[in-house]
Amino acid sequence: MGLTKKDFTLLIIVACLALFAPFILNPFPEGSAMAQFNAGYPDLMQRLVIFGIFAIGFNILFGLTGYLSFGHAAFLGVGSYAAIWMMKLLTMNVIPAIIISVLVAGLFSLLVGWISLRRSGIYFSILTLAFAQMSYALAYSVLTPITGGETGLQPKYTDPRILDGALAPGETPRANLFGLDMKSSFQVSAGDWIFTFNAGYYVAAVIMLIAFYLSIRIFRSPFGMMLRAVKSNQQRLNYTGLNAKPYTLAAFVISGMYAGLAGGLLVAMDTQVGAERMFWTASGEVVLMTILGGAGTLIGPVLGAGFIKYFENIISKINKSILEQWFAFMPDGIEDLLITLVYPFIGKGWHLTLGILFMLVVIFLPGGLVEGGQRVARLFKRKKPSDDTPDGKTTPAE
Amino acid sequence: MDAIILQILNGLDKGSAYALIALGLTLIFGTLGVVNFAHGALFMIGAFCAVTLSRILTLSHTVVDETKTDFLGNPLKVDVPYIYDIFGQTTGDAIIDWAVPISILFAIPVMVAIGFIMERGLIKHFYKRPHADQILVTFGLAIVLQEIIKYFYGANPIPTPAPDAFRGSFDFGAMLGFDPNTIIYPYWRLVYFAFSALIIGAVFAFLQFTTFGMVVRAGMADRETVGLLGINIDKRFTIMFGIAAAVAGLAGVMYAPINSPNYHMGMDFLVLSFVVVVVGGMGSLSGAVLAGFLLGILESFASMAIVLETLPGINQIIIYLVAIIILLTRPRGLMGRKGVMEE
Repeated sequence: MGLTKKDFTLLIIVACLALFAPFILNPFPEGSAMAQFNAGYPDLMQRLVIFGIFAIGFNILFGLTGYLSFGHAAFLGVGSYAAIWMMKLLTMNVIPAIIISVLVAGLFSLLVGWISLRRSGIYFSILTLAFAQMSYALAYSVLTPITGGETGLQPKYTDPRILDGALAPGETPRANLFGLDMKSSFQVSAGDWIFTFNAGYYVAAVIMLIAFYLSIRIFRSPFGMMLRAVKSNQQRLNYTGLNAKPYTLAAFVISGMYAGLAGGLLVAMDTQVGAERMFWTASGEVVLMTILGGAGTLIGPVLGAGFIKYFENIISKINKSILEQWFAFMPDGIEDLLITLVYPFIGKGWHLTLGILFMLVVIFLPGGLVEGGQRVARLFKRKKPSDDTPDGKTTPAE
Repeated sequence: MDAIILQILNGLDKGSAYALIALGLTLIFGTLGVVNFAHGALFMIGAFCAVTLSRILTLSHTVVDETKTDFLGNPLKVDVPYIYDIFGQTTGDAIIDWAVPISILFAIPVMVAIGFIMERGLIKHFYKRPHADQILVTFGLAIVLQEIIKYFYGANPIPTPAPDAFRGSFDFGAMLGFDPNTIIYPYWRLVYFAFSALIIGAVFAFLQFTTFGMVVRAGMADRETVGLLGINIDKRFTIMFGIAAAVAGLAGVMYAPINSPNYHMGMDFLVLSFVVVVVGGMGSLSGAVLAGFLLGILESFASMAIVLETLPGINQIIIYLVAIIILLTRPRGLMGRKGVMEE
């Protein structure tokens, strides 16, 4: 497949993780005290891989070229709207919806990128932010006929859907892949464990693997080298007679297409879209994912997206009574103290936890979880002498 | 004509808030070279200083009032603020009524302290890191600060009224010779504008006419040389950070009656203030102020009915649109200096 052995192993690992996610994310038996840590339900698993795609795409721009875009949610939103219109007008089959979402997001990012990439640094961030906020504001107000405004869009019984033909009365339109319902899932129970295999999840996971494979190829290609050159020293690149703009623009459009793909997949899974997914905090979230996992690394964004989405779901679910259960074995005074201490960070306080975590990562671990893993690995390696390079990480010259 | 004057007035209060926040952002950027995404959070904390003080002032204890009875004939229990015990009822009422202006005195030390802690504790370590890292860490800090406020004050906006004396509206039209009631404008917004003009003037005067300000300006131009002259420029820059935090905080305190404070108001203003700073020109103080008022007024013009009929939705996007046009035609912003943030 044109990969080195190391990359191929990485791809296989990710493929296995994605394939067996229903098992891996469901390690605790149903009904046990730990069952709330299970994440093996379709909705969350779909989100894990879809935001993985979003972060992989963002990483191609930010990780390789160093251009920090604060407006990537706009491409996700545009992709979502394109996909839902495909479902309303053409067919509920997800394939055309996903293809059109990638294309439309690509075109939109070409426009935004062409303008924003005239500037770099903080100006670039502000420009992309401005474009994203503009799209959000327009989607909410003037473009209501196209975007549904505050209510958003869903496929309706009365939509034309030229290719599908009329639905039977009372039947609701469901997203499908050549007849395979995205929401259909089948459950296997082994003892107390229940594993859910969802059609939509596997469609998303396969697409995520393809996206991941493409990103590996981009990272290892001469094109990827050029992007890294842009990050390390754009001026020197210019002096050698190379124009960086086409490369950065290509990277911007590719990452915009990834975002559109993620948007299209989101629609394919839950067949609805609202403008709030274009809000700038959504753009901030993908930045958090990429940084938390490790910008500029292959696996980092996937890890970051998985980490954030997993803990967002799990921590938000924990409430006071669950905490009381956990600490019940302790003496009363200590129990109360611990609950008061922990309570602000769980449930609705998830964003506080995320913010603190994110700050800690930026301050102490600029390379994200991947760098953390490398440090731990090196700690163990140091005991036996090895002939590896002293520092496998390449730090770009600013 | 009267419509135009009205829109200019309407733009002034928002413009004042933009200008004050953008001024603080530029102060921090010009002195420390740090892009502070947590500045909106400082604005929000300022507004919550007003909330906190009015809560402290109305802190009450329950007494049994023998003269009144409830419908069962029992003596009525009433809440009496502690402040009545200290100053008596009339003065106490007046103090509670004037809680927002009094919060200014309360907010200055609080904000300066927060600024010091932020600079010494966190931002100091980020001078040498790339701008992207500074943006990210302050972005994280902003999330943390606003979640802390949300934890203590809840997610709903908290109404914080202005003093009674400023609660009405002022008939501008009558004064200028138009028909009465064509141009009316709330007193408090007028106060806000005057207040922000005062603050902006004070900051400029401080930088222009004091020795301290002169050293700071020299440091903004060439930090190393000032350091070589034996001046502890870092200490002065830390103080400037505290001042910038106080400016944002005061903008927030006085904004509380205009818009009930909620925990995400900072973020809403921050995005726009960044656009303002960029339009004004990174590192230019007068540019930030000018752009703040300009964009505030433009925004209110764009929400006029006539404009909306021809260009629907323009009021939502005008600021961003202007920012894009300015950045593409005048890359340094309106009054940007050469050599500042031009990588």
